[in-house]
Amino acid sequence: MGVIGKLQQGLKYIILCLAALVILFPPYIIVVNAFKTKEKFFEASTMSLPDSFFYFDNFVQAFKQASIPLAFGNTATIIIVTLFFNILLGSAFCYAISRFQFRLQGILVGLFMFATIIPQITTQVVNYKTIASLGLTNNLMGPVLLYIGADIIQIYIYLQFIKNIPYELDESAMIEGASLVRIFRSIIFPLLAPATYTIIILKTISIYNDFFVPYLYLPRAQHVVVSTSLMRLFGNNSGDWQLISAAILIIMIPTAVMYLFLQRYIFSGVTSGAVK
Amino acid sequence: MSFMKWNGVSANKEWIGFANYVEVFSNPDIFGVFKHNFAYFVVGIIQNMLALFFAVILNTKLRGRNGFRLLLFLPYILNGVAVAYLFGYVYDTTNGSLNALLGSLGFEQLSQTSWLGNKDFVNYTLASVGLWRFMGFNMVIYLGALQSIPSDLYEAASIDGANAWQKFSKITLPNIYKIIELNLFLTVTGALEVFDLPFVLTKGGPAGASETFVMKIIETAFQFNNYGLASAMSVVLLLFVVIVLSIQRYLLSRGDD
Repeated sequence: MGVIGKLQQGLKYIILCLAALVILFPPYIIVVNAFKTKEKFFEASTMSLPDSFFYFDNFVQAFKQASIPLAFGNTATIIIVTLFFNILLGSAFCYAISRFQFRLQGILVGLFMFATIIPQITTQVVNYKTIASLGLTNNLMGPVLLYIGADIIQIYIYLQFIKNIPYELDESAMIEGASLVRIFRSIIFPLLAPATYTIIILKTISIYNDFFVPYLYLPRAQHVVVSTSLMRLFGNNSGDWQLISAAILIIMIPTAVMYLFLQRYIFSGVTSGAVK
Repeated sequence: MSFMKWNGVSANKEWIGFANYVEVFSNPDIFGVFKHNFAYFVVGIIQNMLALFFAVILNTKLRGRNGFRLLLFLPYILNGVAVAYLFGYVYDTTNGSLNALLGSLGFEQLSQTSWLGNKDFVNYTLASVGLWRFMGFNMVIYLGALQSIPSDLYEAASIDGANAWQKFSKITLPNIYKIIELNLFLTVTGALEVFDLPFVLTKGGPAGASETFVMKIIETAFQFNNYGLASAMSVVLLLFVVIVLSIQRYLLSRGDD
């Protein structure tokens, strides 16, 4: 590598480090302030380090005031019920679409495409009325029903995987007298496991981060979810930044940790869903 | 429903033809809001250029590139409301850390700026949060596309004496055309649909300067109970997305020839 090559390489690092600083600046502020006492917060600069990283009062307060345990419980309920039905229906749908020839096949996949192009928000007014007429507003199952609907990324990931499972497996199972349900359950579904993991992770993150649906469908305090709990806390304590910093941190940590450990699945999901 | 006058409760829905649509286009309070969405569109384009730039950098031989990829994608994973408040703090006028940072760097004048309180650039401030949050997502998509370009194309070009820019414009760009199109589509629809950021951070303020079209729809439907008008607004938004998408397709496919 010549001098110019080295210069180029150096320049790349400088640019990347600048970008990294920009990315890390806001979270850094939150982290240092979440550990500050009230007095320290008012006398020192916002960017300065706290006296100690073992001052947990803000976290305790945030836990109580934002009803974090309740919020996490509700969110977990929604995610688990949604995932159960979503995975079951989504994988079965893709199995049917890719293995059998029937007339509406193309149209069905096309419909999913179409549904992705329509901005979600535009259907909200109609959706809201539908959910309300089913009596599911102010009910955790209302959002579940909305989230269960499979999205196009999921369909694509599953379809790709099923195409790579040799049809001979199905055939030999059929010859041995296995029913279609049996084939799906003991051959196809286990082989789809990597795809299923990816979908579980992506779906969990998107539900956890969604704010719009719970805000609209679950206005009552007992149905608070993670996203809305923060909003409620802010409404009651605006300006109390160390408390809010602590709450933000509590809420960000689960997905951040999940991301660090499961990044492989997340990246493969994002790229395979989009590039196809 | 968009052709009706309906308050969402009563049984009689009155058929009023196109009156709702006329209202959408003639009332500047409704249609003028699209101006605010424009800021998100501008920043979205910058976001895509940055994303492509970083994707190209990270696609070269570089130590620690996985670490950088991991870091740049991180904001996308975080909870949207949490991110909104995070930046509420950063942009806060008196306690805000951006102003503190500017002050300590010696920009005294700039450090008095009320980032979220000035109606001339509040939308750009908000859109910059979107840039922070979604740039990594676009970047990962571009990166995936770049990695699918066979490397012997670049080798052949090197042998023929092409420089870095020529390689980029003659090999890279044509090969990821489809992906650029997809990312731009996501950006445009994203710009038209902005909701949670301004809703959480500014509630549309100051004086409605950061209100977006979707916020307007939600307000019309669920606060003023005017479901007919809200439906008409939704349909208009949908039409906008379709129109923008067609224009984009047309322009990009012409560039293809």
